Amino acid sequence: MEFVKPELEYAELLPLLIVFGGACVGVMLEAFLPRGTRRLPQVGLALVTVVAALVATVVVGMGLDEHAGADGSGGSEGRGLVGAMGSIVVDGPTVYLWGLLLVFALGGVALFGEQRLEGGVSAFTGQAAALPGTEGEREASTRGLEHTEVYPLLLFAVFGMLLFPASGDLLTMFVALEVLSLPLYLLCGLARRRRLLSQEAAMKYFLLGAFASGFFLYGAALVYGYAGSVSFAGINEAVRAGSANHGLLLAGIGLLAVGLLFKVGAAPFQAWTPDVYQGAPTAVTAFMAAGTKVAAFGALLRLLYVAFGGERWSWQPMLWVIAIASMILGAILAIVQNDVKRMLAYSSVAHTGFILVGVLGVQSAGDLAQGQYTSLEGVLFYLTTYGFAMIGAFAIVTLVRDAGGEATAYDRWAGLGRTSPLVAGAFAFFLLSMAGIPLTAGFIGKWAVFTSALSAGAWPVVLVAIACSILAITFYVRHIRLMFFTEPSQDGAGVVTRSSLLTSGTIVVCLAATLVMGVVPGPVLDLVTGAGDFIR
Amino acid sequence: MLSLLIWLPLAGAIAVALLPRTLSKPVGLGVALATLVAGVVVAASYEIDGGRQLTEEHEWIEAFGVHYALGVDGLGLLLVLLTVLLVPLVLGAEWFKADAAGSAGARSFVAWTLALEGLSLAVFCATDVFLFYVVFEATLIPAYFLVGGFGRDGRGAAALKFLMFQLAGGLVLLASVIGLYVVSAQQGEPSYLLSDLEKLDIGTEAGRWLFFGFFIAFAIKAPLFPLHTWLADTTEKATPGTGVLLVCILDKIGTFGMMRFCLGIFPEASQWATPFVITLALISVVYGALVAIGQDDVFRLIGLTSLSHFGLITLGVFTMTSQGGTGAILYMVNHGLGTAALFLVAGYLYDRTGTASIREMRGVEKVAPVLAGLLLVAGLATLGLPGLSPFISEFLVFVAAFDYGWYVGAIAVTAVVLSAIYVLWMYQRTMTGPTPPEVEGTTDLGVREIAAVAPLMVALVFFGFYPAPLLDVSNPMVGDLMQQVGVQDDAPTVVHAETEGEGAH
Repeated sequence: MEFVKPELEYAELLPLLIVFGGACVGVMLEAFLPRGTRRLPQVGLALVTVVAALVATVVVGMGLDEHAGADGSGGSEGRGLVGAMGSIVVDGPTVYLWGLLLVFALGGVALFGEQRLEGGVSAFTGQAAALPGTEGEREASTRGLEHTEVYPLLLFAVFGMLLFPASGDLLTMFVALEVLSLPLYLLCGLARRRRLLSQEAAMKYFLLGAFASGFFLYGAALVYGYAGSVSFAGINEAVRAGSANHGLLLAGIGLLAVGLLFKVGAAPFQAWTPDVYQGAPTAVTAFMAAGTKVAAFGALLRLLYVAFGGERWSWQPMLWVIAIASMILGAILAIVQNDVKRMLAYSSVAHTGFILVGVLGVQSAGDLAQGQYTSLEGVLFYLTTYGFAMIGAFAIVTLVRDAGGEATAYDRWAGLGRTSPLVAGAFAFFLLSMAGIPLTAGFIGKWAVFTSALSAGAWPVVLVAIACSILAITFYVRHIRLMFFTEPSQDGAGVVTRSSLLTSGTIVVCLAATLVMGVVPGPVLDLVTGAGDFIR
Repeated sequence: MLSLLIWLPLAGAIAVALLPRTLSKPVGLGVALATLVAGVVVAASYEIDGGRQLTEEHEWIEAFGVHYALGVDGLGLLLVLLTVLLVPLVLGAEWFKADAAGSAGARSFVAWTLALEGLSLAVFCATDVFLFYVVFEATLIPAYFLVGGFGRDGRGAAALKFLMFQLAGGLVLLASVIGLYVVSAQQGEPSYLLSDLEKLDIGTEAGRWLFFGFFIAFAIKAPLFPLHTWLADTTEKATPGTGVLLVCILDKIGTFGMMRFCLGIFPEASQWATPFVITLALISVVYGALVAIGQDDVFRLIGLTSLSHFGLITLGVFTMTSQGGTGAILYMVNHGLGTAALFLVAGYLYDRTGTASIREMRGVEKVAPVLAGLLLVAGLATLGLPGLSPFISEFLVFVAAFDYGWYVGAIAVTAVVLSAIYVLWMYQRTMTGPTPPEVEGTTDLGVREIAAVAPLMVALVFFGFYPAPLLDVSNPMVGDLMQQVGVQDDAPTVVHAETEGEGAH
């Protein structure tokens, strides 16, 4: 077999390369700088990397039109190019998701860098290797040590997330999946407080995640067996041509879907969500909740729409069931929680269901009316609104504290609206957005996905979605009531700690985004519509 | 012009929230009065010949076919006027109460009230279904904080119940709104403009499903039996001022929506559902009145009387005759005036006695004659005494009901008897009798308190004897609506005289 030198489109892949390079430089800094002086360079590097990648993404996005129809995209509506020898697809949705992920990563870096809340140290453990409760741990905390490795880890995770929805074949997608997951497993276990809970979360996430990766790999093997190709374009051709061994294809789709649905946290693969969201440091949870979901949905969309687009009738019923299960399970279990982070985790399961409602609303272009937007656009918009609300909400969770660190139990939040009306008001606003109340971004997002599903004739799913929205409102509104109309509990209430600009700035940006997308969604919708379709 | 009307109170709400606490009440009242002036200007520039006027239209969300479109017809105009009139009165009546210990403070009361006013006005002016839905749901947020932040103990739970009911209705409505988009998209370019939707050819079955979504949402809002259970709890726990805002303004959205959207967009389905809706309306009429008689809490009583009245309004709407339609529109206005007066006067009574329990009050008449007199007038308006404005609307609705079927009319008329019982019995038990020693020191109403209800009393009496302005405004709108529904009937018989006494008074 002859070795072909790969051709890389460096200009178009620049955002990926910048983030990857930044992460590697971060590791270098970690190796060569003395411990005490690492933090500032690391935070600076991470910020510069993400911002530079964001700028590069915008530039790539502006230049997308030049590639219209090029590179054998075969006259479909998508525009962009298939790069890196077919492994990476840079098209409209990819660029949009890149931009979105990088904005969320910016929020993640800001939250990671926050030091004021813990009285001068970060929210990450001083020495992860020290066992909880030992002399070593105490020593690490008295010496004020911190892990600055979190910033390169974050960048590696961002790299994986960027690659995930952009991958053009199953192998690249698997590599991206691992690159994004491994740093996150680690990050989850690094909490400074409640370390056992945090380590347990990391362990659970890792074990279940490893299983999910196994499923994905198995599925990839079966699909290769069916199609004789791992590239999505090749699979698409084979699916449309049809061949024997249809069972192989169906099993492959199912196993691949398990891997991805695990990452997005859909029922019945949601079991890790509450534990991990609760145990992980809240900054990590915020970044993970938004970033992983966006990236994994991007990948799911590409896999289902591009590779298995011709097999739509096989996977749509599966998504019906999973969407309904996720919505019902998430909404009902969220009602019985008494911890803010767990409540948000279950609500994110319900949101996964809502987004899946959008995913299954795919229709062929001919069925759509003039000027009607596609299900892809609806999902992308929902992901945008969801990410901002989640990051903002978790950022506020980091603010509410008592003597033991973050106060996430419900009774600690009682009466918060009287002592800190602004923070409680902002949290209430994020909850209202998640509940889908008009004039918030969440409403427009919900409207968009429900509409595309209904257009596709999936009215039973939409009815369940509406019923679940009603259920979901119960716990959102109950929490608002808890903050504003309940007396503070006797055995100590949480108080809002003043944070530095890093956290408060993130919250304000998320708040503004949620409000603006709710009142004038036009510009963002235009952006989403302008992203166009996948290259097939 | 309509934009100014809507944005003025909203801007006022933000201003009040930002200004220092000492200025909240004067600024709030100033904004409310300015809005009243704007409302009067709108009314003056409205021409009485039907159709939607003062329209504005801008693209809002192009991808969804959504417009920022406003306009008023006769129905919208009357409800706009009712809203701008009631809000300053509520602010005046609650001047000191919002500062009471344990509540959320005057600043937030004024700010939320103004926000509610602006959003309600937007609801009555919206001519785009999406815009309507957005503001329809958005009114709940200020309403929730008004109920939850002010009033009696247990208001938190009441507010939660209120919000849950309303949001559930809202989401059912959302399903229908989405359905409308799909239907509209199937027939060409998707659009949410009311003028486009009215021309839409919706299939029979789809139309009926969509109609139900709209109807359920409005039946919760209005409320109709069996979706009314939030009403009495909310009015009991909220302050009387909030009660006025909820029952006299917000709940009107329900009946308003039935007229404008259910009948306007789904004429076929509306006619198909008429027997069902009329049954529910009749149950509401009788059940609401019967339960009201049994109440001990005066605010619960007023809330439940409204259930009965909303039954009558719905009955008027769905008889699909011009008398019924005009009667329903008039009833919305008159019920707003009469019930607002009743709520506010009952609120004064509660301030003085410190209890809302009818059983524990008696003999107030002698020490506070003005209070007693106003309560009596407001009560008589509620029971539909000729010479006060609700009588005319009630009469028109009964005419339409008898026209629809004698049995419907016969059941509806029992409302008159029952309302006489609950009003007069309430008056007798609280006001008459020997004055107990603890009531001796009760002071009569002050100038501020009288000024807050005086405009309502004047309006009740004026429109009782001269309803022509209301009829002139509402008749063309009803004519247009009947044409849209496709019902032919005799020219509207305008009843000016109170010659026929109805039932027992």
